[in-house]
Parts: sequence; C-alpha cells; structure tokens
Amino acid sequence: MKPAPFTYSRPADWGAAVALLQSGARPVAGGQSIGPMLNLRVVQPDAVADLRHLPGFGGVALSGGLCRIGAGTTHAAIEDDAVPGRLGEILAGVARRIAYRPVRNRGTIGGSLAHADPAADWVAVLPAFRGSAVALGPGGERRIALADFVMGLMETALRPDEVLRAIELPTLPAETRWGHWKFCRKPGEFSKATACVLAVPGEVPRAVLAALDEAPLVISDASALLAAPEAEAARIANAVPGLSPWRAALARTALKRAAAMVLETA
Amino acid sequence: MTRLPIRMTVNAENVELLAEPRSHLADLLRGELLLTGTHTGCEHGVCGACTVELDGAPARSCITHAGACDGATVRTIEGFEGDAVMAALREAFTAEHALQCGYCTPGMLVMARDIVLRLPDADEARVREELSGNLCRCTGYRGIVAAVMRVLDRRRGLAGPAASRAA
Repeated sequence: MKPAPFTYSRPADWGAAVALLQSGARPVAGGQSIGPMLNLRVVQPDAVADLRHLPGFGGVALSGGLCRIGAGTTHAAIEDDAVPGRLGEILAGVARRIAYRPVRNRGTIGGSLAHADPAADWVAVLPAFRGSAVALGPGGERRIALADFVMGLMETALRPDEVLRAIELPTLPAETRWGHWKFCRKPGEFSKATACVLAVPGEVPRAVLAALDEAPLVISDASALLAAPEAEAARIANAVPGLSPWRAALARTALKRAAAMVLETA
Repeated sequence: MTRLPIRMTVNAENVELLAEPRSHLADLLRGELLLTGTHTGCEHGVCGACTVELDGAPARSCITHAGACDGATVRTIEGFEGDAVMAALREAFTAEHALQCGYCTPGMLVMARDIVLRLPDADEARVREELSGNLCRCTGYRGIVAAVMRVLDRRRGLAGPAASRAA
C-alpha cells in the first residue's frame, strides 16, 4: 500500500501553481480522495503539486449577494458554519454528511469538485445552485457555471493547466427551501444515489440527481417534480441510461424524498 | 528517490527528518520516530486506526503524505499525558470494556476526545455516527459508545450545577 514514487512541490503563489500544472503535475488539495488512490496505485503521477498553502486558498467572503468560497475551504469549516445565512445552513447540512470528521478536517470543497467523483457530495449538490466555479489558467480567471462543471466520471470543464480557485454561490433568502437525500448503507460511505431540490422564492426550482457513475443530471426546472413527485421521479430515474433496476429504484426514491422535504417546508 | 526535508512538531518536540514524498505520516511516526502507538490498518483512509491529531484536529495519518507534513503540528496517542479528557477516556474505556485486541484503540481515543470536546451535547446516536469512521472488529462498539457517553455525561454533570449557579 505504498504509492509509486512521485516528486512533491508546494507552490508559493498561484502563478507557480499554474506553471506546475503546465508541466504536468497533479494538483492536490486536502488529499482525501487522491491520497487513497495514490496508496492503491490507482493513480501514479510523476509529480504532485500541493495547493494547500496558496494565499487565499481557503476562506469565505461575501460581496454583493455573492458568496465566494475558496477552493481550499475544508468540509469541516463549512460544517462549522464558515458560510453565513441560509446558504450556509444548507451547505453545513451537506458537509456534515461527507465521509467522517477526520476526512472533513482535511478534504476541501474545491478539491472534491475538481476530483469529480460522481458519488461525491459537492459534485451532487453544487449544480443545484446558480453559481460558478472560478478557474485560473495561464490566461487569467474564467467562470464556469456549476451546472456545466462536471462533465463525466472524473472529468471536468477545467483545462489541464487550470486550477480551481473558488466557488461563487448566490446568497439565499431565509425562506429558501431545500431537500437533500443520500443513500449510504453506512455513514460516510460512497453514495449509491443522491438527489437534491432547491426552491428559491421567486425562482424556478432546480434539482440534481447524482451518484450515477457519470456526470450529475441537472434538472433546471423541477416544477413538475414538485407538482407530481412520484410520477416525475420515476420518469427522471428511468430515463437515466445504464442504471440497473436497484440503482434506478434508489435514484427514484432519493429524488422523491428530496422533493418531499421541500414540499413539507412549503 | 530525492528525499524531502520535513520539519514537524510531534508531541511538543521539534523533529527534522528526510522522507520520500510517497511515504505517509504514519510511516514517519512509526518507522522514523518509533512512535508505534499509531496503528496502520487499511492504509487507504477507511479504518481510522491511524487517526492522529494534525494541526489541532483529527486526521488520517495514512493518507497524509510526507510533503504535507512539513511545518505541521502532530499529536499521537503517546502525546496526551496530562490531558484530563484523555485520562477520563482511558479510565472509561477500561470500565466499559471498550477494547479487546486494542488495534483500533489509539485512533478511537483520538476521535473520542474530539467528540467530547467538539460535541459536548452529543447523544448516543450522534456518538455512534461520529465514530463510524473508526472500525472496531472486536467489541461491536457497545463498550466504546458507552465509554464516550460516560465521559460526556460526567462532564455535563460537572457543568450542570455550575451553570445553574451562574444563572
């Protein structure tokens, strides 16, 4: 259980980080997903770039109705209310159910999203928000809509020489309703089906169905799901290609339960 | 393979060593510093046996590779002498038969101390949930959960009268 040999570097600034990615280094943040994969030799990078010490990598800032969460903000910080307001309440609830506290103490929101494991919690939840991922590359920053960020199994819209710098989410009114359901046989285990529904007052409700072994399915108008949860959850889950019957049943039930949580708080 | 110079504070002592980047903190603690109280079980972050306090919070030492440890402050199971919460937990683990083979115990104790300090109001269900990242194959957890609850209850008992006097 030892990784294949790799070289280690710790870039001091963002320019150095991008330069390391250009030279082919594998970026690592909290290392809670890539760490096990290194030990199991599922990945064998020649070089690792440790992003944890970049200035402004972690931390949360509010400005003009937008909450900017540094990519290196840990799950534990979010669980412990680093993000204020209703948005923070919702994110804290998600964070608390990620793996285990020792993993949450190290693992980061940006690392998890960029790793793009289909069963990962932020991958499943963030596309519900009308926010963006802030990527930094040789040409500067660009924003990618969260709904378009994860493109497939461990595949994102990031270019090879881009690093995920932050996640920007709109702050939410106190009346925002939220439903989230995740199927794990044991707390902290990889999800077998995750669904969430976000209903912001005055906006079209949105939903995500994830842990499908591929990119999450973003339902940009979940009005029908909230109007007829039973039928619509079945229709959506059955339309996912390649799901075995039991996985489809879990997906359908997760969607139905997430919708019910929103309807119960109506 | 080029070795990295790693400077850490381990159990309040400054240490400096050379480590291969692919080695992990549990290797450094056990192999280089001979602190064999930290146990390695699965070595891929699942079993929790190797849990140590890293920069003030529990972490998996088996998936924390050497480079990430440079500049870190580490406390292993050997480093809790004189810690009142750990002393109470050790006593409670004995009283409640919270260990049999003892392999998971160092990680359990580090995690249990975090639960007691971070979640003073935790009930049994929450304690079980919080312990779910530490595997024990002997006890069935009953004794471990009872030991953590015993310490939580005792601390709540101590806090209770004082709090009501203040009110």
